[in-house]
Amino acid sequence: MAIMAVQDLHVRVGDSLVLRGVDFQLSPGQIHALMGPNGSGKTTLALALAGHPAYEVVRGRATLDGYDLLSLPPHARARAGLFVAFQRPAEVEGVRLREFLRLACAERGKGFCEFQRAFPQALARLRMEEFADRELNVGFSGGEQKRGELLQLYLLQPRVAILDEPDSGVDVDSLKLIAEVIEEMAERGTAVLLITHYPRLLEYLPLAEVFVLLDGRIVERGGPELARAVGKEGFEVIRR
Amino acid sequence: MKRVSTRLSQEFVKKLSGEKGEPAWMLEHRLRCLEIFERLPMPRFGPDLSELDLGDLTYYARPVQPASRWEDLPEEIRRTFQALGLPEAEQRALAGLGAQVDSEEVYRSLLAQLRAKGVIFTSMEQAVREFPWVRDYFMKIIPPEDNKFAALHGAVWSGGTFIWIPEGVEVEIPLQAYYRMQTEGVGQFEHTLIIAERGSSVHYIEGCSAPRYSRLSLHSGMVEIYAKEEAHVRFTTIQNWSKNVYNLNNKRAWAYAGASVDWVSGSLGSKVTMLYPTTVLLGKGARTENLSFTFAQEGMWLDTGARAIHRAPDTSSRLVSRSVVQGRAKSVFRGTVYVAPEAKGAKAHVECSTLLLSPEARAETIPVLHTENNDVELGHEATVGRVSQEKLFYLMSRGLDESQALSLIVNGFVSPILKEIPLEYAVELRRLLEMSFERATA
Repeated sequence: MAIMAVQDLHVRVGDSLVLRGVDFQLSPGQIHALMGPNGSGKTTLALALAGHPAYEVVRGRATLDGYDLLSLPPHARARAGLFVAFQRPAEVEGVRLREFLRLACAERGKGFCEFQRAFPQALARLRMEEFADRELNVGFSGGEQKRGELLQLYLLQPRVAILDEPDSGVDVDSLKLIAEVIEEMAERGTAVLLITHYPRLLEYLPLAEVFVLLDGRIVERGGPELARAVGKEGFEVIRR
Repeated sequence: MKRVSTRLSQEFVKKLSGEKGEPAWMLEHRLRCLEIFERLPMPRFGPDLSELDLGDLTYYARPVQPASRWEDLPEEIRRTFQALGLPEAEQRALAGLGAQVDSEEVYRSLLAQLRAKGVIFTSMEQAVREFPWVRDYFMKIIPPEDNKFAALHGAVWSGGTFIWIPEGVEVEIPLQAYYRMQTEGVGQFEHTLIIAERGSSVHYIEGCSAPRYSRLSLHSGMVEIYAKEEAHVRFTTIQNWSKNVYNLNNKRAWAYAGASVDWVSGSLGSKVTMLYPTTVLLGKGARTENLSFTFAQEGMWLDTGARAIHRAPDTSSRLVSRSVVQGRAKSVFRGTVYVAPEAKGAKAHVECSTLLLSPEARAETIPVLHTENNDVELGHEATVGRVSQEKLFYLMSRGLDESQALSLIVNGFVSPILKEIPLEYAVELRRLLEMSFERATA
C-alpha cells in the first residue's frame, strides 16, 4: 500500500512547463530511484513537492497518507511527514545546527529530552560531531552539505524522504556512509525516493523500483536492472 | 525646584546650579554652554528634528525622592523597577547599581569590597561637589562647541554616574545604571564620566525606558570615557525608549597606550535616535570595538554609527553593525574611520549589514574610511538585503512555520552582536524580536 501518490503532476517554473504529467507511488520501507539526465525535471519535482513558492503546480495531485499535500504550506507538508534533502541547502548565518534541529524536532512532537538523546546519536551516525554548533550549512563543503541533510533526515525520521542527488560531490567513503544511512532509514519504514543522474550510489542499495524521467515525464519504469542499463549505456538506451 | 517647564534661560541654569550646590566653575561652564547652544545650528545631517520643540520641554523634573532602600521608593516607581528586574539583578549579577528617574538619581548601591578597593561609583553631582579634579575631565572629550546638543547638555545636565577605577583594579562583575523618563514632555540630560586608571578594567551597562506619552520628550545624555594605559572599559547600552522620545546622545572615549574601549549598543526604541559612539585611539597599541544592533520599527528613524579616530601607531578598530528594519521605519548606519599620519600600522575593519523586513523599510549604510598614511590595513563590508526566500523556504521545509523561520533568521543575523550582550538583556531582546515578528506575520 503506497504512502505517497503523485498523479499527473504539471509544474511551471517561470514561463516554462518543466513537469508535464508525472505519476508515481512510494511504498513504506522501500527505496525508489528516480533517474534522468540534467534538465529532465528531477530537482523541480523535489522542490515542487516540498512547496517551494517559485514552483507552480498547474495540474495534478500529490497525497501523503491521504493528505492533499499541494494545498499545504511547506511547514505543514513537513509536519505531515515529508522530508526533502536538497541538493544545495540554504546557508543560514548565525543559526546553529543544534538550535535549529531542536526547534524542528519540537515541531514533530519530540521533546527536549528526546532531542538531547537523539541528536548526539545522529551526529555520530553521520560522523558530524564537530558540526553540532556550526552555523547551519555555512561554509560546509559539498559533501558536508549532503551529510548534513542526511543528518536531519536521520534525526527527524520522516515517513517519506525525497533525496535530491545526495551523492553529487561526495567521496567514496562518504558515499558508502550515505548508502548505509539511506538503507537504515528504509528499514525503519521510511519511503525513500532517491534522485540521481549517476548510478554509482544505486549499486550499494536494494532498489524496489526505478523511474526514468525525461523531458518532464516518467518514460520508463523497472527494477534494479533498469538502473544498471542506464549506468552502462546512459539515457540513450531510453531515448531509442 | 521639583518641576520646571520653562524656556531655557540664564536664570534657569543659575537656579539649577544653585540648588545642586555646585562649585563656581560648573556654573560658569553651564552658562558658557548655554551661550554656545544658542549660537549653534541644529545638526545639518540625519533625521528630521523639526517636530522637536526645544521651547516646550520640562528641563528639570524630580517626581521621586531618592531612597537608600528599594522599599522606601514610592509604590509606582518601585513596581516599575521590579518589573524591569532591577532589584533582582542587583542581588545576582551586578557589582553596583544606580537608578535615575527624570532628572535625579533615586537609588544607588555599590558592593562593599569595591568601595574598599577605592572604586568610586557616585552620582555625577556628588563627584562635581566633592572632587575638584573632576573639572579636568568634565566635557574635555566632548566640548560644547562640538554640536548643539552637546552644548545643550552642558548647560542643563542633571544626574548620571561618575565612575573612577583605581590603578590595577579589575571590576569583574558589571556596574549598571538604569534611566527612566517618567514625566510627560520631560528632557533627561544625564552625564556619565568614567575614568579607568592604568591597568584597571570595568564593564558598565546602561538600560533605558519610558512610558508612552503623546507629547514629545528628549533624552540627550553624554558619556565620556578615559581608558588610561592598558585599561579596559566596556560600555553597554540597551535603549528601549518609547516612540515619543528623541534620543540624541554624545558618547566618546579616549584610549591611551595599550588600552581598549568596547562599545556595545542595542537600540530598540525611540522616535528618533542619533547615536555615534566614538573612540579616539591616542596611545600606541590602543584598541576599540564598536558593536551596534538596531531594530527600527514602525515610524522610527534610528540614525546610528560608530567612529574610530586613529592617532597613534599600531592602533586597531573594529566597527560592526546589524540593523533590522520593519514597517515604515528607517535605519542609517554611519561607520567612520580616520587614520592620522602618525598612526602607522593601524588596522580598521567596518562591517555593516541591514535586513529589511518590509517593502516600506528604508536603510542606508554610510562607511567612510579615510587615511593619511599608507601603512594601514583597512577593510569594509556593507550589505543591505531582504530576508532570503530560499532561507525561509529551507527552514519551513523542516517544519517551522513562517514566523518561527523568520525569527530564527533574524536572530541569526543579529547574533554576532547579541552574543556580546549580557545574558539577561539578550533574552529580553530576543523576546522583543519574536513578539514583533508574531505581529508582523499574523
